[in-house]
Amino acid sequence: MRCAHSSKWPSALQVVQLVFWCVARAAATEPASPALSPTNIFAPASTPAKSIFGLSIFVLAVTASIFAVVFTLLAYCVVKFRKRINDDGREPPQVYGSNQVELAWTVIPVLIVVALFMATVRVIADVQKASRPDGAIEVIAIGHQFWWEYRYPGLKVITANELHVPVSDPTHPTPTFIRLLSADTDHSFWVPRLAGKTDLIPNHPNSLWIDPQATGLYLGQCAQYCGTQHAKMLLRVYVQSGEDFDRWIEQQRQPSPAGDAGAQGQRIFETTACINCHTIRGTVANGRFGPDLTHLMSRHTIAAGAVLNTTENLRLWIQNPNAIKPGSLMPAMELNDGELDALTAYLETLR
Amino acid sequence: MNATSTTLPAALEWKLPARGQVGMYVLIGAESAIFTIFVVAYLFYVGKSLSGPMPSEVLSPPILYTVCLLSSSLTIHFAARSLRAGKVQSFAAWWLLTIMLGAIFLYGTASEWHRLIYKEGLTIATNLFGTTYYSLVGLHGFHVIVGLFALSTVLAFTIFGAVKQEHAERVDVLSLYWHFVDAVWIVVFTVVYVIGR
Amino acid sequence: MSTDAIALPGTELASTPVAARLHAWITTVDHKRLGILYITYALVFLVIGGVEATIMRIQLIRPHNDFVSPQVFNRMFTMHGTTMIFFVAMPVMFGFANYLIPLMIGARDMAFPRLNAFSFWMTAFGGLLLYFSLVGANGLYGAGNAPDVGWFAYAPLTSRTFSVGHSTDFWTLALLVSGFGSIGTAINIIATVLSMRCPGMTLAKMPLFAWLNLVMAGLVILAVSPLTAAQIMLVIDRYLGGHFFDTQAGGSAVIWMHFFWVFGHPEVYVLVIPAFAFASEIIPVFSRKPIFGYPVMVGATVAIGFISMSVWAHHMFTVGMSSAANTFFVISTMAIAVPTGIKIFNWLATMWGGKIEFKTPMLFLIAFLFQFLIAGLTGVMLASAPFDWQLGNSYFVVAHFHYVIVGAILFCLFGAFYYWFPKMSGKMYNETLGKLHFWLFFVGFHLTFDFMHIPGLLGMPRRIYTYEPGRGWDTWNLIVTIGVFFQAAGTLVFLGNLIWSYFRGRLAGNDPWDAWTLEWSTDSPPPAYNFYTIPSVQSRRPLWDLKHPDDPDWKYE
Repeated sequence: MRCAHSSKWPSALQVVQLVFWCVARAAATEPASPALSPTNIFAPASTPAKSIFGLSIFVLAVTASIFAVVFTLLAYCVVKFRKRINDDGREPPQVYGSNQVELAWTVIPVLIVVALFMATVRVIADVQKASRPDGAIEVIAIGHQFWWEYRYPGLKVITANELHVPVSDPTHPTPTFIRLLSADTDHSFWVPRLAGKTDLIPNHPNSLWIDPQATGLYLGQCAQYCGTQHAKMLLRVYVQSGEDFDRWIEQQRQPSPAGDAGAQGQRIFETTACINCHTIRGTVANGRFGPDLTHLMSRHTIAAGAVLNTTENLRLWIQNPNAIKPGSLMPAMELNDGELDALTAYLETLR
Repeated sequence: MNATSTTLPAALEWKLPARGQVGMYVLIGAESAIFTIFVVAYLFYVGKSLSGPMPSEVLSPPILYTVCLLSSSLTIHFAARSLRAGKVQSFAAWWLLTIMLGAIFLYGTASEWHRLIYKEGLTIATNLFGTTYYSLVGLHGFHVIVGLFALSTVLAFTIFGAVKQEHAERVDVLSLYWHFVDAVWIVVFTVVYVIGR
Repeated sequence: MSTDAIALPGTELASTPVAARLHAWITTVDHKRLGILYITYALVFLVIGGVEATIMRIQLIRPHNDFVSPQVFNRMFTMHGTTMIFFVAMPVMFGFANYLIPLMIGARDMAFPRLNAFSFWMTAFGGLLLYFSLVGANGLYGAGNAPDVGWFAYAPLTSRTFSVGHSTDFWTLALLVSGFGSIGTAINIIATVLSMRCPGMTLAKMPLFAWLNLVMAGLVILAVSPLTAAQIMLVIDRYLGGHFFDTQAGGSAVIWMHFFWVFGHPEVYVLVIPAFAFASEIIPVFSRKPIFGYPVMVGATVAIGFISMSVWAHHMFTVGMSSAANTFFVISTMAIAVPTGIKIFNWLATMWGGKIEFKTPMLFLIAFLFQFLIAGLTGVMLASAPFDWQLGNSYFVVAHFHYVIVGAILFCLFGAFYYWFPKMSGKMYNETLGKLHFWLFFVGFHLTFDFMHIPGLLGMPRRIYTYEPGRGWDTWNLIVTIGVFFQAAGTLVFLGNLIWSYFRGRLAGNDPWDAWTLEWSTDSPPPAYNFYTIPSVQSRRPLWDLKHPDDPDWKYE
């Protein structure tokens, strides 16, 4: 007679799930340390990232339990039902199927899927339908090949590559809502500790929001292949206290100071093709293809985070961008050493 | 040496669908999927052109040519029926009529395009409407051309006396393709001249 | 049964001149020869794709490495993905389908032998066209360059503005051409399965291999066609000034994504369902039991086929769709996990209570079950849209899909190679080398793809030619790269085994595995006409019925 084996795994399943729940709960109270990585998705510092983190623990717990059960069955099966050396050569009982068993392992996965689905839907709503409180900062992020433009329309600031936002107190939230646009091709804004990634697509405005609850520097990078230097389109988000942020805004609002120190360099800047791409407020330069340089020296890095903002790097970047970021869209300006020195000195006055 | 023949319980008639029919239906499935994507693009972009002539300004429904094309489905049906009945002369006449009706339809498309390009200034590069219109109508027209090639080949064989009653099944398969081309035109006509205008 | 070549008309003898033998292969319409051509073609491109992967992994072995330039790296990942999907995985599956389906259903050839040959040569030409870009894209005077837009070629990166020169055109045209070949093969498979079965073989008595390839072919028809349409649109944009994806003219970059993934998602089921087909034939034989739940396996596969057409935008969770759209694609993607899980359980139940023999094919299939389980579970993680907002476009996704394509599909494929090699060549492969291949590849696979999940969790996006130190990604990338060399070694052992055994292996006989489907009833290799007389069958395992006349399957099915 051919019949299916009965199985005793329902209770084992419950035990295993219980164990994993305990582990997951313990883990959830202590998110992974950012020391492991400054871009660790399990070290959330902002509400969207935290909502996702909570959901991810649940999903991991469920999938880990499923794995444990099925793997145990597979391992057991492979050991118990292997052909022995002293096999009698007869075929084992030929079993064709069992409707009850098929029903069981259809219904249980359906229930698991329903649970996962409901948990997921809640977080989708939390993130995508969040209301915007009055204290929210508005930023427009425009993706370029291969740098980030940031505009604060309410605060009348335009800058590039290093985003500054105020820290948000959970009792009195001051989140930052970022509208995501693109000047050329597709990009994606991904700072794992602050939020999930959202793409910047031309002719398709998107938005994301963050409310970082601890000051500091948060790292990320472009996460949608956008061309040759996609890898070096890095993100730096500086979360500052309210006063520091206000001071930064005030400084960014100023036009560039006039001064003798950089007069020769400024002349080179204004007569070479630089002004076609770059803006320096307070001068004739108002190009839009490249980053706004009015407060270049307030940034710690250049070339969208590719290198530190030092004199040598700045000089090298102007002399030959391809030495730092091969394939970037800034052309080498074919200047001689004297011109390069003067130009660098001028740019270093742009605090 | 194989010995797999197990005896069947009784004299079983083993009848499977004809592979030619199956193949053509599957091809029609694939082509339908291609057309669906072009139709989706067309509908998605209705009203989204930033400039240039709009459909309502320049399009006029090609009623006469549509009637010709749809009638050709009828004529090809009669042709296939004639051949199945063994009447090769009748088949040839209906077949020729089908080709002519198809050719008239193509002429209609060509003259409409001529008017749109030279009088109305609408090309495939003008705006979203131009791009989606010429692609969709052009894809259909291309299928009509391919169909006419096939039909003409069969006509040539018929003139040389090579087509006989036993070829009726193959002619059926080809007429299935032709019916598909007509059915697509009904969809394209509705999307372009009714919904999209 | 002897496999000495009897000099039948049309059979080559060793004394036939090389030119004539080559001509016979090039003009063949025999499904077995076309199958072998497909498989051989795929193996060549497997090596090429593997070299491209190795180059990438060496570049990523440490941060700020300069093994290759960013331009070369970007071409590598584009070519690696395009090659592996279109010129390795699809051809090899078509090759096995072509070879085995007529034999398993008791037919003499596929429904349309000439269409079969045409389809193969279209696919082959497509691959050559893609690689011609290496010399041809800049004109023969330039160095030429391969496409560098990624294998899914998002707009507007592929527009003339951002993709200067012809490299993208080679990508588009190569896929257009091979797409016609794929559609031709799919038409052939469907017509063969529906119209050419031997007497007694109703659809309910057909081997699961035939059923699953039928579903695969249906998916090819519904999925490759949208890609063909999208490619035509891209060509119109690039050459006729069209605006399908021209965002400056009001066009949509997102619509390319929709069209591509309407193809791209069913495509991965086109690849994995034939792997399931292998599993459904091999696991029963090495467990000495019939497949558990045949009707449910058929139903689950058909369900997977249908549902797979409705999940595509889970590749687009980050593009800013509405919460309603995101929610829909979450549920459809999670839903597909149910029939997929059912299949895993059925294979497990097939082994349960059996007598498992750990020959090389079965080693690969057991690893497949283990790895496919994990791959499916990481898929469930990705199905949860908010989790995907972190995991998407990162190395976690790269690890997930390689877990499916290498860990599940390629492992099943290796199992299939070892299982049917005796039938196709008439010789047994070397079992020791087979096991060596398995262990080398198993270790390498896990070193590479287990650890690859971690950089994804730590924020490493995909398609980057280098990465910053200090993000915690360095050690993992190093381990990932080391695993590649184990896999390469295993692959070389595999290829060596195939070649050596073809010439020096011992004769296999008709039925070395004591199996139950019709291909094992005829010679190894089968004669050109497959069967001396067309068989007729009464159950799903005709050879079981013959070997056990007292206890035939048709009494119990």
